[in-house]
Amino acid sequence: MLDTVLKGKQGYWGWLIFLLAIMGVGLGCYLYQFQEGLRITGMSRDVSWGFYIAQFTYLVGVAASGVMVVLPYYLHDYKAFGRITILGEFLAIAAVTMCILFIFVDLGNPVRIMNVLLYPTPNSILFWDMIVLNGYLLLNLFIGWNVLSAERKGTHYPSWVKVLIYISIPWAFSIHTVTAFLYAGLPGRHYWLSAILAARFLASAFCSGPALLLLLCLIVRKVSKFDPGKEQIRTLGGIIAYAMLLNVFFFILELFTAFYSQIPGHMHSFQFLFSGLEGHGRLAPWMWTAAGFAFVAVLLLVIPATRRKEDTLAIACVSVIIATWIDKGLGLVIGGFTPNPFDRVTDYWPTTPEILITLGVWATGFFILTVLYKMAVSIKEEVGA
Amino acid sequence: MYDGGKIIAGLIIGIGLLMSPFFYNAGKAAKAPERVLTEKAKQAKECILDKAQMTASHFNLLDEWRHTVVRDGQRYYKRADGKVLYKSLQVTCMDCHSNKANFCDQCHNYMAVTPYCWDCHIAPEEKK
Amino acid sequence: MGIDRRAFLKIAGLSTILGLGGKAAFDILAPGELEASTNAASPGAGKRWAMAIDARLVDDKVISEATSACHRHHNVPDLDSAKEEIKWIWEEDYEHSFPGHQHEFIGDDIKHAKFLLLCNHCSNPPCCRVCPTKATWQRADGIVMMDPHRCVGCRFCMAACPFGARSFNWGDPRRVTRVPELVAKNQGFPYNKDYPTRAKGVVEKCTFCVDLLEKGEQPLCMTAANKVKKGSFTFGDLSDPESPIRSLLRKRYSLRRKFELGTNPNVFYLI
Repeated sequence: MLDTVLKGKQGYWGWLIFLLAIMGVGLGCYLYQFQEGLRITGMSRDVSWGFYIAQFTYLVGVAASGVMVVLPYYLHDYKAFGRITILGEFLAIAAVTMCILFIFVDLGNPVRIMNVLLYPTPNSILFWDMIVLNGYLLLNLFIGWNVLSAERKGTHYPSWVKVLIYISIPWAFSIHTVTAFLYAGLPGRHYWLSAILAARFLASAFCSGPALLLLLCLIVRKVSKFDPGKEQIRTLGGIIAYAMLLNVFFFILELFTAFYSQIPGHMHSFQFLFSGLEGHGRLAPWMWTAAGFAFVAVLLLVIPATRRKEDTLAIACVSVIIATWIDKGLGLVIGGFTPNPFDRVTDYWPTTPEILITLGVWATGFFILTVLYKMAVSIKEEVGA
Repeated sequence: MYDGGKIIAGLIIGIGLLMSPFFYNAGKAAKAPERVLTEKAKQAKECILDKAQMTASHFNLLDEWRHTVVRDGQRYYKRADGKVLYKSLQVTCMDCHSNKANFCDQCHNYMAVTPYCWDCHIAPEEKK
Repeated sequence: MGIDRRAFLKIAGLSTILGLGGKAAFDILAPGELEASTNAASPGAGKRWAMAIDARLVDDKVISEATSACHRHHNVPDLDSAKEEIKWIWEEDYEHSFPGHQHEFIGDDIKHAKFLLLCNHCSNPPCCRVCPTKATWQRADGIVMMDPHRCVGCRFCMAACPFGARSFNWGDPRRVTRVPELVAKNQGFPYNKDYPTRAKGVVEKCTFCVDLLEKGEQPLCMTAANKVKKGSFTFGDLSDPESPIRSLLRKRYSLRRKFELGTNPNVFYLI
């Protein structure tokens, strides 16, 4: 099936070369980081996780979202989604790959990464995160490849693939729950120490991932002869609407607990993020921007007229992605470490090499996504789907 | 051969790259390692194990030492002849073999091995 | 032979994976020499090491002597950077040592009191719970130990520690001998040629001087502090009811940092 990847129009190759250039720059910066150590990033003794781990957290959510298409199709026989489950699965593969890469670039001693396998430690959530992420990657690779391959040949996929599909559904929920558990069990970090964190993660995953999937479907329709379908996009819009509402609702619940109880430990991180603490308020404009985009997204998604029109729905999806990315990709990690255990504020902002490495990993993910989507779309065009 | 020109060209480039270390070193023989024992080492007569065993597996010994010292807190080693030694690369091994450049590095350089021990463990200052 | 190419490739691939994987699994999981040694009796089983610091006796000289004794013995570099600093024991004021305790009506003596903070070697340590490689673990004698050979630098332990006790080597600590701005502050680094430095990419922290404890000596911060002000530091075994530290804790009121989090810290501040 990889033969379909090697034939494409100019735009396809141009896009891939563009991504390769960004990947190259990222790699160069990573070699610099490998040499000098993580001191070239903005991380510090107080904010010891930063941009890389934040991107990882956001992308686990995007990866988990494949289940939002798989579940209705396989468990509720919603036949329409049969057209796009492959797109959801391939998005999951690209997202999980980026997650693994972000963990890798964040490690102080990446050459020792096998230690996590050589010395399994079941009491550590990172151990389980490694298992569920790699398992999910393998699941989607096997499922996606076999289903697509069977579609090309005009046969039904082998029955053992069905077993894997059923396993992948709860597994998708587990990957983001386990990732939330990384944060939600740490006694000193009150911004994260909340039972609702895992639920928040899932809600934000299930709106941001499908939002990205929806935009990708619109792009696929534009650049190829395969049309994911008006009904599919409309249903996705409905899913995104509910998930975004839950996401915003859960956030408001957190705000209530923090500010009605007036407990300083609970309030401080929100104060830091939205108005600044001790003079440090660099994130405030970002968080309010996120709030603004979240408001726009909810408005466009709740009102049926704007949700059903594809152009306003696309704007809503972009707003969802911006809002959720700022919340998870910036606010979550930095806010969790601020203020520090001594009630002081240490500023964190990603440095240029850090941003370039991040872009390099994103480009790698989009490269994999483009290649896989080219394969899926070409085969769907071939069989006249 | 279909695309024969490209294949032959590719083969030449590929094999050339693969063989490049041999071409680079052609005609030069690497200098055999010459390990020199310090006076202290000569007087001590015995290392941890005998020479053959140390040459063959000093790295395994050091790996086991670092595991048992750091993780189990077992800092002392009883040699076959009964002498008790403090398990430390820096303090015990390098006490006798303080001439790292003429001892340790001789074989390591020859084998192109760069143990990362010295990233943390402090090598003795070489006497000029 | 009715086997087709596809089936042959499948069988060959599967056998290779099982063969290689099986050997790898056997090598990793089979009990070997190393495993046997870890089954030996753990040192100090039954002990519970703890430190009591008398806040009334801690002054600037105690702080500087204790800090430099520790940092010099353990080759901790002075990186002159709040961002990258490495500290095993350090000075902090009341408000920031015990966030939330301070109110507006306390006297100046407590308000301006100085505290020495270090790893609490908690009895219920969250850092050990989260480490994916057991590069940090709790010994039988209660000390939370670091194995810099195994640490992959994921910094999960740093996120988990509620006390900010852990430092990470963001770069190569030995660069203090190469970078002109840092050379002056680190004359003679590495100070202790009998103790290693660390390398970039690993986490480090106070170890209650395990290498000295095992020789029957005491932690260096304590020895240095007590030379300046006798009784400022008391180190001992909490599991021994007759130990000096136990009787001290019975007699004097003591604070522990963030006790409400249940990590059961073993550094006590006598007020």
